[in-house]
Amino acid sequence: MTTHPNAAGRRGSRWFTQVGWRHLVGVLAVAFSLFPILFVLSAALNPLGTLSSTQLLPTGASLTNFGNLFARTEFGHWFLNSLLIAGGASLVSIFLSSLAAYAFSRMRFSGRRFGLLTLLLIQMFPQFLAIVAIFLIFTRVTDLWPAIGFNTPWGLLLLYMGGALGMNTWLMKGFFDTLPRELDESATMDGASHAQVFFRIMLPLVAPILAVTALLSFIGTINEFMIANVFLTDTGSKTLAVGMFGLVAGERNNNFGIFAAGTLLTAIPTVLVFQLLQRYIVSGLTAGAVKG
Amino acid sequence: MVLLGLVAGIAIWAAFPLIAARLWVGLAVLVVTTVGLGYLYLTRRHIPAKYLVPGTIFLIAFQVFPVLYTASTAFTNFGDGHRGSKDDAIVAIQSSSVKQVPGSTEYALTIATTGDPATGPLVFLVTDPSTGTVSAGDADGLRPLAATDVTVTPGGKVTAAEGYTVLNVGQASVRSQEITDLVVPTPGGALRSTGLSRAYEGKAIRAYDKRCDCITDSETGRTWTADGTAGAFVAADGERLAQGWQVGVGLKNFARVLTDPNISGPFFGTLLWNFAFAIGSTGFTFGLGMAIALALHSPRMRGTNLYRVFLILPYAMPSFAMLLVWRDMFNTDFGLINNLFGLGVDWFGEAWSARLAVLLVQLWLGYPYMFLVATGALQAIPRELTEATSVDGASPFQSFRAVTLPLLLVALSPLLIASFAFNFNNINAIWFTTEGGPFAPDNPTNGATDLLITYTYRLAFGAQGAEFGLAAAVSIFIFAIVATVSAISFRRTRQQEEVYS
Repeated sequence: MTTHPNAAGRRGSRWFTQVGWRHLVGVLAVAFSLFPILFVLSAALNPLGTLSSTQLLPTGASLTNFGNLFARTEFGHWFLNSLLIAGGASLVSIFLSSLAAYAFSRMRFSGRRFGLLTLLLIQMFPQFLAIVAIFLIFTRVTDLWPAIGFNTPWGLLLLYMGGALGMNTWLMKGFFDTLPRELDESATMDGASHAQVFFRIMLPLVAPILAVTALLSFIGTINEFMIANVFLTDTGSKTLAVGMFGLVAGERNNNFGIFAAGTLLTAIPTVLVFQLLQRYIVSGLTAGAVKG
Repeated sequence: MVLLGLVAGIAIWAAFPLIAARLWVGLAVLVVTTVGLGYLYLTRRHIPAKYLVPGTIFLIAFQVFPVLYTASTAFTNFGDGHRGSKDDAIVAIQSSSVKQVPGSTEYALTIATTGDPATGPLVFLVTDPSTGTVSAGDADGLRPLAATDVTVTPGGKVTAAEGYTVLNVGQASVRSQEITDLVVPTPGGALRSTGLSRAYEGKAIRAYDKRCDCITDSETGRTWTADGTAGAFVAADGERLAQGWQVGVGLKNFARVLTDPNISGPFFGTLLWNFAFAIGSTGFTFGLGMAIALALHSPRMRGTNLYRVFLILPYAMPSFAMLLVWRDMFNTDFGLINNLFGLGVDWFGEAWSARLAVLLVQLWLGYPYMFLVATGALQAIPRELTEATSVDGASPFQSFRAVTLPLLLVALSPLLIASFAFNFNNINAIWFTTEGGPFAPDNPTNGATDLLITYTYRLAFGAQGAEFGLAAAVSIFIFAIVATVSAISFRRTRQQEEVYS
């Protein structure tokens, strides 16, 4: 009888006040995060495929919905279109933004402050508000160059590339600012040209923020619906957002299983990249923010 | 060098259609841009410009130009009935007044489209009964098709045509209103459909007379005179013809937003909810994200990485799809929320429950992001600071209020402002869940959860007829509000930063 019978309990309650409640919060938060996703999973596996028959926990395990998704819709096409548009737009736009961010961060020139403020201001005007103007412009473009007009991924790609520049440039400039100037100054002393400094020294160092902005604009582009809906009306040329909205716009209840299956497949690339880049995302976002 | 060659190649490719269409201004812009780019990258000077110009070109073409175009639209009456030039309006008036007169030719009609059967632009394929030739017609006129490109039944019905999708009866009857409205101008008058398989060529009853600048109806003898300020043909008793043309209206659209009670009432109500939504979405997500980040931020915590993997899943899911899923989870009859908690709430039927639901969805979608950035910012705060306060006898809550929170806010305020600006115009969040509803029975244009941007969208593309000019004016108001709020808060955070750093 060396320990008091209450000691274990006391130790337990001390553990709870210091660490245990943190786990409780974590578990509750994970539950909140996961329950809609669990619902989607359950709907995707539900062989009946309707909303009214779907429960929170899976009631069956069948791949009927996935089969129907590819058999009855052009899901494969939509998926490729979305990957092409979102992937292409985010790659090109981060390259253009990193060029601009490097100039804004490292060089002093007339119009620098004005340029930065203009970028910020233009960003406040969401591209969507100008949809009427964009529609009219592209009506003309479709007449002149059908290859980049309506119903083609290329026109939309151009549009998204132009739309993502402002915010990305600001985020990256914040990150460039945190890199010590001595790095590129010493490289310049050793005879490196500004292009060599940029491509050989700066770009590898800012890889985290490149990853983050690429991912952010990828997510943003994949989710964009309104402009794509005006742009793409052919069944084969739609993106995931437009095509899948069409799935549940009419027959909501009956197509729910197919829709859930599509949602899960859509999420796969993003979730994978997300988990791979997790570390980068945390450090990249905050470094960009602190000096924003 | 390779890139420069590519630019030159694209420029040459782009030039041919411009030359063909005789758009000399466009061609001049193209040539100047290309030559400018060539000069810039072949000299050793202008180094900052070399980095800035590529982005700037895209920014000007796809952001600045549309914004300016929108601004100029706000000063016009552009919209349904006022789309094109005066000449277009005259053609439209004349061809829509076409009536069948005795002895006019009847054609066999086939409905086709150049795009998707459900949404693509409609085309009439008509077979001339005397010659058997097939022509394709739309609002721009009639063009004959080569006999080798079409398959025609003996009755004159076209079953297939190169470059067109023939609609079946079901697809065509869904779009019967559009088919009835389609008028194909011809030299002698215009073609219109009677039913889905016959078309006739009729004569225009209303004709434009250049001398009086007016439209005369040959059956009733009424005249409508052109009114240059309203952009419409107006009769002596004030009756307007539906087809007008686009004219500048000065500040009228802006004045309407502020003074017309049908618009200004909903406008200010919506503005208030819009602020509540943007502040609520940003504030709640930040609060929850930060609280969880704080809870998991302890040297004695194990498994934080595992928590993080699951916590950020909502952020990585496709938000457009998850918004639709949430909408179904709030379904009154078989939605998960009502089933799970045994409730019978008509979530999207009442104004306040709909608002609550929308904010809850936003919380779920947005807090992982805030959790991530708060985690990152917490790691950047040196532990000695909080340890020092606890040595001084402060409670954990006091040290959080005095040290951690201010430092977090300084670090994250630019992101909070950006998040506010994004949520202020978060069209997806509303459009995919409530579509702006619930609507009051007496006001179908403005719902309880409408943001200014969804309200604008309905103005511009809604069922009541498009009002692009007015929508553009509202867009400019939105822009001004967001820009002002952001400018003020950026200024304040900069002052804060100076205090703490």
